[in-house]
Amino acid sequence: MPTTFENWNPGKAENRHPEATYEEKERLFLEVKNDVRYEDFLYGCYECGICVSTCPSARFYDFSPRVIAQAMAREDVERIYDIITEDIWNCAQCFSCVRCPRQNNPGGLVTILREVSLKNGLQESKDALQGYSRVIYKVMLKGNQVSPDMLQPDFFPDWGPWVQNFSQNMHVWRKAIPMDSIRGLTDVAWRTDRKTLLELYTIWFESGNMDIIKELDESLYDLLTDVMNEELEEG
Amino acid sequence: MTELTTVEQILERKSHPVIRDASVAPTDDMHDRLLELEAKGEIVLQRMKGEYVEFPTKYGRIKKIPIQHTWHHKSCGHCGHIPGYASSILWLHRQFNLDYHDPTDQTSCTGWNYYASSASNAVGQAAVMSRNFAAAYETGYFPLIHCGTSFGHYKEIREQLVHHKELRDEVRRILDKMGKPLVIPEEIVHYSEWVYAMRDKFKERQLVDMSQITATVHPACHYYKIVAEDAIFDPEIYGGQRTAVVTALLESLGINVADYSTWFDCCGFGFRHVLVQRDFTRSFAVLRKIETMINEVNPDLTVTHDTGCVTTLDKSQFAAKAHDRKVGIPVLSDAQVAALAMGAHPFRVVQFHWHSTDWRPFLEKLGINWQKYWDEFQNDLDQIKAGTKSGITWEDADKPIHLTA
Repeated sequence: MPTTFENWNPGKAENRHPEATYEEKERLFLEVKNDVRYEDFLYGCYECGICVSTCPSARFYDFSPRVIAQAMAREDVERIYDIITEDIWNCAQCFSCVRCPRQNNPGGLVTILREVSLKNGLQESKDALQGYSRVIYKVMLKGNQVSPDMLQPDFFPDWGPWVQNFSQNMHVWRKAIPMDSIRGLTDVAWRTDRKTLLELYTIWFESGNMDIIKELDESLYDLLTDVMNEELEEG
Repeated sequence: MTELTTVEQILERKSHPVIRDASVAPTDDMHDRLLELEAKGEIVLQRMKGEYVEFPTKYGRIKKIPIQHTWHHKSCGHCGHIPGYASSILWLHRQFNLDYHDPTDQTSCTGWNYYASSASNAVGQAAVMSRNFAAAYETGYFPLIHCGTSFGHYKEIREQLVHHKELRDEVRRILDKMGKPLVIPEEIVHYSEWVYAMRDKFKERQLVDMSQITATVHPACHYYKIVAEDAIFDPEIYGGQRTAVVTALLESLGINVADYSTWFDCCGFGFRHVLVQRDFTRSFAVLRKIETMINEVNPDLTVTHDTGCVTTLDKSQFAAKAHDRKVGIPVLSDAQVAALAMGAHPFRVVQFHWHSTDWRPFLEKLGINWQKYWDEFQNDLDQIKAGTKSGITWEDADKPIHLTA
């Protein structure tokens, strides 16, 4: 086919994922584009590569924040589908990329892409978040994270004998901390009032966060909603 | 005149302080927008009560830092497994009899669900922030954010709330269900900015000579890369080209701060990576940060101001040692260094035993007999185990060690 203005498609990606229709890929892209944060995060791309030069993930993986900004700016639906299924979980969310002279925020775009991926139940995201359920459970149910009882030698063998030492001494070491709000606690990082936790559960239901969890992991959803609903009913 | 090489030109340009001018800053001044929203009755703007100090930010705008009446927004990471980080911050307040509030109606910013898994959304995250700020407002104390990620995340949410009315309306609808107003503080303040503001006071009360110590600084990404215009810069520190917090404190305490080439790099934390893909985290922490520091300046210590960075830089060194990599730098927060300089107990307050990379040579270099204080602490633990003591209290921890020795 001769190149005309109508079919001129500079630099756009080929269809590398024929298992999904173009319409489905375009629907996902429009969901990303319609997010309220999208226009705050993308202003175009000079393709200067400053974001890549500062990006830790670009040093470790085949990953490029520039390609993300570039694909978004060109509205390259095929490339964006490649990114949402292959790249987004490699981002370290350090936001070094916001050094961009055009004030793009590729890390922010990755956040929207991840949320859309989760909301739409993409298998690649379910795979990437395998083993992450206990973190989501703690964050949503207890209101904080990295509780002492999560630090067990089986999960952190590469952190050395310190983890073993800590897990054996956890109960007494936690009592030997002078702060009233954390002294003696092992299942949470600090003491949180029950009323505050009920308010947190209200936020998760009202904001639509529970719908995201349902798409991600139905059994985690059932576990969380059972506990939260019971607590909320008791008041 | 001899023509300068490219490298010489860069060095020459970097030798001059950066001129900062709020009137030509490339970003909007968030404070003006907050005042407009307050005037329309859309938000409650919480103001500082009592003494505060002012410092210039990246583009020359002035940021107010409260000295006391602070509401301590704790961090899941450091309260969970580096508790000496949080207890050092409060210990420093107590040394100067500064009024503070250690709340129990605080949740995490839940940024873990935002950055690591995205199992959350903009409305949920904004509602969590607003609920915490409303809880602080109800007490009359001003929020001081302990965690670098919470600090950056809240500034990002503040921007989103300011720019998007539909987001404000949705958050207000949720807050109405719990009878709370939509509160935004007039400044979002990180604890290291308070440490920076207090550094000369710390120096006046310094008991431990630190002049023989060489340290490197890892500035936390989420402190100054997210909403960069809100971090504190000082022409006296790196010509105003890097954040002033942490570095200025160490210099005040007489520590030799050594520069290294990968200072801008992330520690490798990565949120999801540090828990389920640690090959990435370890590689970045060791190869790009720790080994570079050792090869270039061989410090006694590296200092940062975020939970994730302390965790990543500290814990990643063990496995690397097994592979004969150049590792072995103890890692502390700025608050822990300041507390130690003022004579805080290494275990009751600074809680060194939670750190994994060997900290003993560092304490020995400072002339602190760690074994003596460890034995003292073991006695505490024995009493706790025997049930004759319920735990360490501020009464046990407040007094500086050199005054009791």
